[in-house]
Amino acid sequence: MFDFCTDPDTLSDLAWMACYLTTGKHMAIYWSVLTVLLLLAITAPAALAFGFAGASAARSSFLPLQLLGRGYVAVVRGVPDIAFFLFFVIALDQFFEWIRHEVKCPDWDQPIRQGNDFVVCEAAKLPLGNSAQWVHETYGFFLAVLTFAIVFGAFAANVLYGAMRAVPRAQMETAEAYGMSQRQCFWRILVPQMWVFALPGLSNLWMVLIKATPLLFLLGVEDIVYWARELGGAKTARFTDYPHGDWRMWYFLALLVFYLAFTRVSELVLDRIMTRLTKGQATTAGEAQRKAA
Amino acid sequence: MMTGAALAGSHSVVRMGTEGAYPPFNYIDDSGEVAGFERELGDELCVRAELTCEWVTNEWDSIIPNLVSGNYDTIIAGMSITEERDEVIDFTQNYTQPDPSAFLAMEGMTLDMEGGVFAAQANTIQASYIAEMGATLVEFASPDETIAAVRNGEADAVLADKAYLMPIAEESMDLALTGDDILIGGGVGMGLRESDGELREKFDAAIQSMKDDGSLNALIEKWEIGETF
Repeated sequence: MFDFCTDPDTLSDLAWMACYLTTGKHMAIYWSVLTVLLLLAITAPAALAFGFAGASAARSSFLPLQLLGRGYVAVVRGVPDIAFFLFFVIALDQFFEWIRHEVKCPDWDQPIRQGNDFVVCEAAKLPLGNSAQWVHETYGFFLAVLTFAIVFGAFAANVLYGAMRAVPRAQMETAEAYGMSQRQCFWRILVPQMWVFALPGLSNLWMVLIKATPLLFLLGVEDIVYWARELGGAKTARFTDYPHGDWRMWYFLALLVFYLAFTRVSELVLDRIMTRLTKGQATTAGEAQRKAA
Repeated sequence: MMTGAALAGSHSVVRMGTEGAYPPFNYIDDSGEVAGFERELGDELCVRAELTCEWVTNEWDSIIPNLVSGNYDTIIAGMSITEERDEVIDFTQNYTQPDPSAFLAMEGMTLDMEGGVFAAQANTIQASYIAEMGATLVEFASPDETIAAVRNGEADAVLADKAYLMPIAEESMDLALTGDDILIGGGVGMGLRESDGELREKFDAAIQSMKDDGSLNALIEKWEIGETF
């Protein structure tokens, strides 16, 4: 990175540190911070969408849809995250490849499962075997987003389902009395009012999601915790220009600060959203807000 | 469009899966690239087998599932050839001798083989060895953590490949190799899918040619992996 980094042994402590913290390997941990933030930015709305769909399905009057919604919530909430991330993602990846295989290679005569192996034709591989490493990484990243969205979507669905039921029944009855259709009642009365009941549960989920990113490494996406462990581990002079002892404590301390700061910012933002959502609502907080105004 | 059958078994790019946390076999160097004995070996094998190769890192615990589901094409990660693994995947011939494993403990420690507590990386031959020995086994996901466990007293000693422990013992005043070396496993080989026979033969032939002209021995000596062929 810097010109003076050519011979680390001769450097003063400060310069050594500057060089050490800017090695190519350290660049990877800085990138992984961005990866994690990007993952959260995409996953949160995606999970909310899954949750909303799940909750709407679970309270549908159409039985198959209702069962689908309830089944999704029950199954995903019941399976341990780590099992889900180890097996589901591989299964999902294989499912995509199998579909592409059926479409692209109709005259393939060998079985797809050969013993332990999963074999599809080269053209059906996702991403293609010859694509660049970044394509593989991006694919892995979106597979991770999808998995996170499905897992956290199930929890969000449960929260939203509860929130929908918490909207006072009188509100819905009034809407019906005005002659609104089912659909209108749902979108105009229920949905705008449910968020205030959903937010405490959703904010919990958000906090858990922030800290669930180490699961990413099971999917081959290298997150900040992986790099903190890898960079912090003791290094011998044979394999690096910057040998050091076991520095994991310092790296994890940095992670702690990062996560605490992130949590604090999230809390501030969520508080503002809560104040905004409470406005004009028939809840105790809404009433207090009205009186104070 | 070409038919699927014509493309079967041909690899335009061979993806080499490794762990990147087990020097001198494989590790991530200062610039963030995979390096080590297996990096040099793998690159040379790919040149000899006329393949285009790309390096991928994957966590040790899920390294076999990701191979069989096709996320990469080979495992070249200091993986010893054992019967259990051979049931799930295929191996090339070994490119290191059955590697002596050694115990690393705090300086001056005497080991209690029956009642002691030993650290090892999970899913390794060393972990199964300790389990069979009857001593208490504590497993860790990465090699780094096994060393840290000895330092902080969680385990009396760590059992791992001697090639991995040697440089650590030499540089740390407080740690030393203790007890006799033990030979376990059938040497380190490359792991491939069982359905990928053609690729396995290519790598097998390349390893054989490196054994024949002595270049493999040169690499083993350079990286201090252990006995030569």
